[in-house]
Amino acid sequence: MSIGKHSLLAAMIAAIVPAICASAASAQGEVNVYSYREGKLIAPLFEGFTKATGIKVNVISANSGLEQRIVSEGANSPADMLLTVDIGRVQDALDAGIVQPFKSEVLEKVVPAQYRDPSGNWYAMSMRARVVYASKERVKQDAITYEELADPKWKGKICIRSGQNMYNTALFAAVVAHHGAEKAEAWLKGVKANLAQKPSGGDREVARDIAAGKCDIGVGNTYYWALMLNREADRKPWADATKVILPTFAGGGTHVNVSAAMLIKTAPNRANAVKLAEWLVSEDAQHIYADINFEYPIRAGEKLNPTIASYGTLKPDAMPLVKIMEFRKPVSALVDKVGFDN
Amino acid sequence: MLERTPVSETLAGAGAVGETGASAPLPLHAGLGGRMRAFHPLAAAIAIAAALFALAPIAGLLHRALTGKAEVWSHLIAYVLPHALWETTLLLAGLAIVCGVVGVGTAWLIASYRFPGARILAWMLALPLAFPTYIVAYVYVEVLGPFGPAQMALRGVTGWRSAADYWFPEVRSLGGAVFVLGFVLFPYVYLTALVMFRAQNFTLVESARVFGASTWRVLRDIVLPMARPAVAAGLALVLLEALNDIGAAEYLGVQTLTLSVFTTWLNRGDLAGAAQIACVLLSVIAIFIWLERYGRRLSGFVGHSASSHGTRRPMLRGWQAAGAFLACAVPVTLGFLVPFGYLAREALWRVSRDGIDPALPAHLVSTFTYAAAAVLLTLALGFGAALSARLIGRSWARLCASIAGLGYAVPGTVLALGLLTPFALIDGAINAVARGLSGAGVGLVIAGSGGAMVIAFALRFLAVATGVADAGLARIPNDFDGAARVAGAGPWALIRTIHLPLLRPALAAAALLVFVDSLKELSMALLLRPLNVETLSTYVYQFAVRGVFEDAALAALLIVALGIGPAIRTVMVTPASRA
Repeated sequence: MSIGKHSLLAAMIAAIVPAICASAASAQGEVNVYSYREGKLIAPLFEGFTKATGIKVNVISANSGLEQRIVSEGANSPADMLLTVDIGRVQDALDAGIVQPFKSEVLEKVVPAQYRDPSGNWYAMSMRARVVYASKERVKQDAITYEELADPKWKGKICIRSGQNMYNTALFAAVVAHHGAEKAEAWLKGVKANLAQKPSGGDREVARDIAAGKCDIGVGNTYYWALMLNREADRKPWADATKVILPTFAGGGTHVNVSAAMLIKTAPNRANAVKLAEWLVSEDAQHIYADINFEYPIRAGEKLNPTIASYGTLKPDAMPLVKIMEFRKPVSALVDKVGFDN
Repeated sequence: MLERTPVSETLAGAGAVGETGASAPLPLHAGLGGRMRAFHPLAAAIAIAAALFALAPIAGLLHRALTGKAEVWSHLIAYVLPHALWETTLLLAGLAIVCGVVGVGTAWLIASYRFPGARILAWMLALPLAFPTYIVAYVYVEVLGPFGPAQMALRGVTGWRSAADYWFPEVRSLGGAVFVLGFVLFPYVYLTALVMFRAQNFTLVESARVFGASTWRVLRDIVLPMARPAVAAGLALVLLEALNDIGAAEYLGVQTLTLSVFTTWLNRGDLAGAAQIACVLLSVIAIFIWLERYGRRLSGFVGHSASSHGTRRPMLRGWQAAGAFLACAVPVTLGFLVPFGYLAREALWRVSRDGIDPALPAHLVSTFTYAAAAVLLTLALGFGAALSARLIGRSWARLCASIAGLGYAVPGTVLALGLLTPFALIDGAINAVARGLSGAGVGLVIAGSGGAMVIAFALRFLAVATGVADAGLARIPNDFDGAARVAGAGPWALIRTIHLPLLRPALAAAALLVFVDSLKELSMALLLRPLNVETLSTYVYQFAVRGVFEDAALAALLIVALGIGPAIRTVMVTPASRA
């Protein structure tokens, strides 16, 4: 052994002391956010909030399991706010009983009624649409319905990420809300039958596989395509080879999902959490949502990023989000039943 | 026979603890000597505490599973379990074949022949162990993807325009998972088989050759049967690792049991359902542990007449040498050189373009801190349990030490799941006491401080410590204990003056292994880390789930670089390479 035992021990002690001290930091002027948002995308927003108010934001970001974690932490949880990137997670949090409703004049004024809970359990901060990426070369049509994704004419031509992914379960739940469970199951089977490959990867890989010729169309979120085009030089060719079509439900609009903020029942810094939520819908913050994250701002009149605007005018589906939320869990079970990911 | 864990067998076999100086044969009658010893209350308390510590998450899991609703269970049985069991079975079978063939084949070539490059290849074959499986999965999805170097070159050569023009194997598949995991995990078999081959009495092989047996017959009738126990032990480790994996399976789209636990819990918020699948998973694991133990029992036939190498290994020439070189070089290339080269290239390119992420040094420090804390706790518990078992010398104490090692067989996700209940109970109790004393709560002392993560790491890697300690202790003759006791030394003096000094190399080896395993650990860190904390592995994972894995190439490279030393060390200390 080349490292002596003593030096190893000393190094360990040196490493451990700061950890213990750090964990004892006081809760003055702080807000603790459990976030489903990618850490890197949300960081500019929190930095802006701290600059504006002096309140420090502590974050834990994950792509799953945050509600369960808050539940198990119980009454002593440090969590003040839960930020989701999807309406399904909002339902999970409500089901878990970890949310407390709150009223805010600012939020009620800025956030349109269909994008917040009537009793104040959650407020949307930004929107994204689940749309179709299509090959510029091989797909001539510029309009499509979600129903058409199950049309056999696309056999072997569709790429999509896992059916258990929250963006997909929300879309499938919207199908159930529109057409009922039975028709939705048939639709899901139809889409499954059209897949060019087993569901895997993320929305970016969908664009990649279309660019590579493995499939002609795929399902993805609006901002991924914009990120690839504007921010990710290595993936720009994938965006260049594809176009974004805003699909609609037959006789309806485009499926829109929201990023929502919720106040945790046991929040130790309640006032700061409300302040943060209010700041997130301010003009400054909404500008960051639009221009850095490429989302649709929730605040009326805020300008869209040019790439997002180039998709065409978004006509959000009229189906209330609270209705779609109800079907999330049954849809997750339906995905298993149909064997969508198998 | 001393009870030992799978890891310890590898390590003991690989000679990680072979430097204690006292190179006595394994004391098969340790139990007899032990029964004469007195009862030590403190030692008993430590042994029992370590075992209870390991049992806590399993009890928590069973509790959760039993509170589930019947309808959930019927959904799982109808739609989730059959497919998950089938995919898991195929994955494990595929891995057994790939790792068995590659691991045994390379070990046999290295142990029995000399050929150009063999010395270097002998240790390079252990290098894939430095890679966490999920990182190799990310790399191969890129390398073999439609815009990766492989397919680009293919299109460049053939003039094909798009990926639709030809068939190319898809990495994101069961076959891809077998390939990726197989070439990362085969060193477990390679190492155990290598130790076995090197320790074997080569006179048997020589005699067979003298009597005109062909190489093939020697291999089939002598070498393979003798290697079987080692291969079983190595394979058991491979399969346990594969069952623990979640990052690679998720990324490659393989619906394993472990992934189903994750999905059921986190996507449907169904903790009880997840716990039920976890219980099924644990039964599968129990089978492998039994298999490994069974394999070890067979090893009694082989004997340990190590380094009786009177004969020189034959030198291969010409095409035979080239073939042997290739057979060993290809697994090294696929399991290490390609992913390492890719990561290095991406890291270099990105650092020169974007600079280093300013947050990375902080993540590095917190990763080191938690890993170091885990090392301390693991060693204290593991060596405590092993020493207690030795002092008490009764079978129930050794059983306690074995139970303490169970965590290694439990996938990280399942372990974290099982720990939620105990952690909540402890934090609740601490706060109740604090409120009673001062009128205010103190928050999450365990779960909020990262203590949860450290405890979980320690639980998972306790087997490494108990295993190494057991193997190290086995090399200290019982006569030493007896002599010390006759001279009037109490149990503490015995441990302090005899056991601990002789165990120093074992302690260092265990510390290094636990440290590197903690650095690589993903699933528990993901679920249990506190606010504002990222470890290198969770950092890399977050980039990967966003589909921009290459942007975290530097962090991934750091994890791998830190694991290279221990990986090489496992080979360097095998008996023959020191001779």
